[in-house]
Amino acid sequence: MSTEATQNGFFSKERITAPPGFNRWMIPPAALAVHLCIGQAYAFSVFNGPMTKLIGIQQPAPDDWGLPALGWIFSLAILFLGLSAAFAGKWLEEVGPRKAMFVAACCFGGGFIVSSIGISTHQLWLLYLGYGVLGGIGLGIGYVSPVSTLIKWFPDKRGMATGMAIMGFGGGAFIASPMSVALMEHFRTPDSMGVAPTFLVMGVLYFISMMIGACAIRIPAPDWKPEGWTPPVTQKAMISRNHVHIDQALKTPQFWLLWWALTLNVTAGIGVLGQASVMIQESFRGAITPAAAAGFVGLLSLANMLGRFFWSSTSDYLGRKTTYGIFFVLGAVLYFLVPGMGASGNVALFVLFYAIIISMYGGGFSTVPAYLADLFGTRYVGGIHGRLLTAWAAAGVLGPVLVNYIRQYQVDHGVPPGQSYTVTMYLMAGLLVVGFICNLLVRPVAAHHHMAAETDGTPLGASLAHQK
Amino acid sequence: MSTTTTRSPSPALIVLFWLYVGIPLALGIWETLLKASALFH
Repeated sequence: MSTEATQNGFFSKERITAPPGFNRWMIPPAALAVHLCIGQAYAFSVFNGPMTKLIGIQQPAPDDWGLPALGWIFSLAILFLGLSAAFAGKWLEEVGPRKAMFVAACCFGGGFIVSSIGISTHQLWLLYLGYGVLGGIGLGIGYVSPVSTLIKWFPDKRGMATGMAIMGFGGGAFIASPMSVALMEHFRTPDSMGVAPTFLVMGVLYFISMMIGACAIRIPAPDWKPEGWTPPVTQKAMISRNHVHIDQALKTPQFWLLWWALTLNVTAGIGVLGQASVMIQESFRGAITPAAAAGFVGLLSLANMLGRFFWSSTSDYLGRKTTYGIFFVLGAVLYFLVPGMGASGNVALFVLFYAIIISMYGGGFSTVPAYLADLFGTRYVGGIHGRLLTAWAAAGVLGPVLVNYIRQYQVDHGVPPGQSYTVTMYLMAGLLVVGFICNLLVRPVAAHHHMAAETDGTPLGASLAHQK
Repeated sequence: MSTTTTRSPSPALIVLFWLYVGIPLALGIWETLLKASALFH
């Protein structure tokens, strides 16, 4: 392939650079077309039950897969989400969003298809490889790729723009869950649970939808600004006009303070999300049916999705540091109060408090790309965001472990199940206090980390030293 | 900088694209709210 063909090909940055007058409101639905697909990950558990009965059909047979073995599929997907977001970030900034979204579509859609073959032939390793590894890579690249593009299109509303896309990731389960159930019912026969054809159809549908997003995505010209908008004359201390190279960002205290802030915020939320159904039934024993508990889980998912848009949009006015400060202070207060609501039998306040907590869990994810753009500039924000997402993987392990093991320890030592979450909630409040301190310590990035104008990433301090 | 090869989309296409992502999401949310109503009965 000639160099010119590569430079001007379908996936090239030149090909997707928008002309003057391009309507930027085309970009959020392009990002949503990807995020609503990969958000399916939150609904993966709907397959767990049917996949334990692929041979037995009516009930699990001895050769059927068990839940612990199936649990590794989702764990692998989240692990590879974190790894691919971290390692592909630099590549993503070089090739542009269309090629990255295409690769994400191939991996995510392909992962479903490989898994479908694994289900048909009853080979679990194909599901680990398909949904776990391939799908996880698709999740990571698909999650990060449209975010930095949106930040560049909406310099005046960075938080709102990233909130729209990342809200889609939270909302993907609302589409995937009923669709999965309907497809499995459609394909179910006396000899089959209908899971393999469901995976095949979903893989094809997700590939097409993500490709629609990839085809519609555009990047703004380097000197583009929204019509009628001029950058503020008075510079805010926490919003930098300079850029920090992706490798240099990891050498700043700001990156690691934000890494810990995100880890602690996600840890506090993710542990509750995984245990929500059991927790409300044990806290209000006899008053909450399993169907009502499922409704509670649905409400928390809705709060997670809406919080992603609400909090990141609010951060455009309050500032990112203040918004994160609210997450930690309000979150700690609510975690401290929640056990009291359970003890007093107040279901409405219990649900409301948890909904606010989970909205701030989602808000942490959606506000952080704009926080990074403010601190490190927009040039490498996609890659830096990808590396920060390793915090998600860490919290994904820490949160459930804390909630499950502390609860079990208490139950084993005679604490009634309804009160077994009290210590955990106080511990979560404590974690949020530590997160508050991390956020409080975030200051503007020192000038020697900034890139010199139009360089390949040499820090300003280094290039100045070289000139001496 | 090389010349760009894209055109600006029409407002109708933008509305259509928003509906494409918005309608499935709205249906999913509606179904969730119906299930959640069991919590307060």
